[in-house]
Amino acid sequence: MIGLVFDEASVQSFLSHQETKMSVYGPVVKIHPVVLASIGDSYERRNEGASRVIGTLLGTIDKHSVEVTNCFSVPHNESEDEVAVDMEFAKNMYELHKRVSPSEVIVGWYATGFEITEHSVLIHEYYSREATNPIHLTMDTALQSGKMNIRAYLSAQMGVLGKTVGVMFTPLSVKYKYYDTERIVDLLERTRDAPNTTNGLTSDLCQVGGAAGRVQDMLATVLTYIEDVLSGKQTADNSVGRYLMDLVNKVPKITAEDFETMLNSNINDLLMVTYLSNLTQAQIALNEKIVVL
Amino acid sequence: MATPTLDSPVKQIQIEGLVVLKMIKHYQEEGQGSEVVQGVLLGLVVEDRLEITNCFPFPQHTEDDADFDEVQYQMEMMRSLRHVNIDHLHVGWYQSTYYGSFVSRALLDSQFSYQHAIEESVVLIYDPIKTAQGSLSLKAYRLTPKLMEICKEKDFSAEGLKKAMIGFEHMFEEVPIVIKNSHLINVLMWELEEKCTVADKHELLNLSSSNHLEKSLQLLMDRVDDMSQDIVKYNTYSRNLSKQQQQKHQYIQRRQQENAQRQTRGETPLPEEDVSKMFKPPQPPPRMDTLLIAGQINNYCQNVKEFTSQNLGKLFMAEALQGHNS
Repeated sequence: MIGLVFDEASVQSFLSHQETKMSVYGPVVKIHPVVLASIGDSYERRNEGASRVIGTLLGTIDKHSVEVTNCFSVPHNESEDEVAVDMEFAKNMYELHKRVSPSEVIVGWYATGFEITEHSVLIHEYYSREATNPIHLTMDTALQSGKMNIRAYLSAQMGVLGKTVGVMFTPLSVKYKYYDTERIVDLLERTRDAPNTTNGLTSDLCQVGGAAGRVQDMLATVLTYIEDVLSGKQTADNSVGRYLMDLVNKVPKITAEDFETMLNSNINDLLMVTYLSNLTQAQIALNEKIVVL
Repeated sequence: MATPTLDSPVKQIQIEGLVVLKMIKHYQEEGQGSEVVQGVLLGLVVEDRLEITNCFPFPQHTEDDADFDEVQYQMEMMRSLRHVNIDHLHVGWYQSTYYGSFVSRALLDSQFSYQHAIEESVVLIYDPIKTAQGSLSLKAYRLTPKLMEICKEKDFSAEGLKKAMIGFEHMFEEVPIVIKNSHLINVLMWELEEKCTVADKHELLNLSSSNHLEKSLQLLMDRVDDMSQDIVKYNTYSRNLSKQQQQKHQYIQRRQQENAQRQTRGETPLPEEDVSKMFKPPQPPPRMDTLLIAGQINNYCQNVKEFTSQNLGKLFMAEALQGHNS
């Protein structure tokens, strides 16, 4: 009888080998930033003594991709030999979440930490009862290798037919998906530059100024590149040249008078609207005063 | 926790990035039909800052037993969150808005009940349409102490409001917001940027935003119409009142004259009837709605002005670009 030994080291080496081949057997995992922020937050709030946090992933399943849109953490206890997960809690939370967004289903579970332990296998087995082909997501919050290493895995049976079977986790490719409005994540990114990681929200004209500043920076970069090429410091790249042509041609060529009339009419519209709204405000202020008389 | 002074117990709101992302996601998934989405904010009060650390959404009011569901849902949610060490203190609520129209009776009532129970609660108004245009639009409001008092006494008549000298500017006070991220989340942001650079928000510099302006103006016009109707009602009321006063006066005078005549003729004077019962004074129209409408109009005007100033800036930029070209 040949017994298969499920050895951690061999699994790791197999996995790293897989990664170099960039194998993508299985669906693509699309994650929203909400999920990652949630995981980070629940890691920070973990109980004393717990080395990692686990939780359920919610989302939608497509033909070739799984989109993870929400998650919640589940309390669990882990020791050397055993692991206990509060499944009642998980069920309850899922019910509550379903009431708000009925289209989300359990698509897998997450754990913080770098390695996949034997406990993970057990937990994964449980989740495979809840959902078909659950995804396992790991996020290295302890930054063991200097990075966060967000990875997703799918479990697969391995072994020789008829003999004891082991479980292997195959990595999946992870992509990030943003809603249009989620792009404010770059506003959140700005907090990392602030001294005590805080950042106020800017107001109207400042935003346009900020955007204009960004465009200016980008233009400056492009200009330095062009000058380098002209002075021979850098070899010209044809594709970049084509992009530059596109860029210059994108500015619409309108005759000066047409543009003047267009600009003026637009400005007039805006000024009129401003005037009207000021008038309205004055009107209601007057109304208030008269009533109080 | 020391009891905060009644002036403004909360000077600043500190929100975690996670809360913002959750609100955005909630609107994106559930609020496509221009219905408002609402949810609860959880957090703590630290000195004069209100820190909001988490939130959870409310299900929509689709079932009939909405009330019962709501309370139970909230209780269960908070209990579960306590298990995972998330702050379970209720500190406010959030709501999405459509083009800035949120000043309504419902909002006032909800915020009043919140602020009555919890001194420092706020309502966060999230404008998804403006956010999609390029910049996060999130505002925090509280009721001013004056308005709180009025709501407490439920005295919404004209005299009551006159006594308190409330204008529409004094209804809500805005609290500045600051976004804070923990260091771990910052690391996450660095990694995300590396893995997947978010396309720059070119919508902010988009010139063709007349659609937005049109809709805002449409809403403004509707409100102004409502306002004018209210004013007409008030005018008719005051006219009726003064007419009635005149009638009362005339009646009393006639009575007195008759009585004088009767006395000269030696008959018993007619009894002085209760004048007030004969002429029932007309009902004064409620002033609260007018106040709310005025506040809403003010809000619309502010939004429109912000919008036009942005657009003017963009137009001048376009002109500069053309100038260089030609």
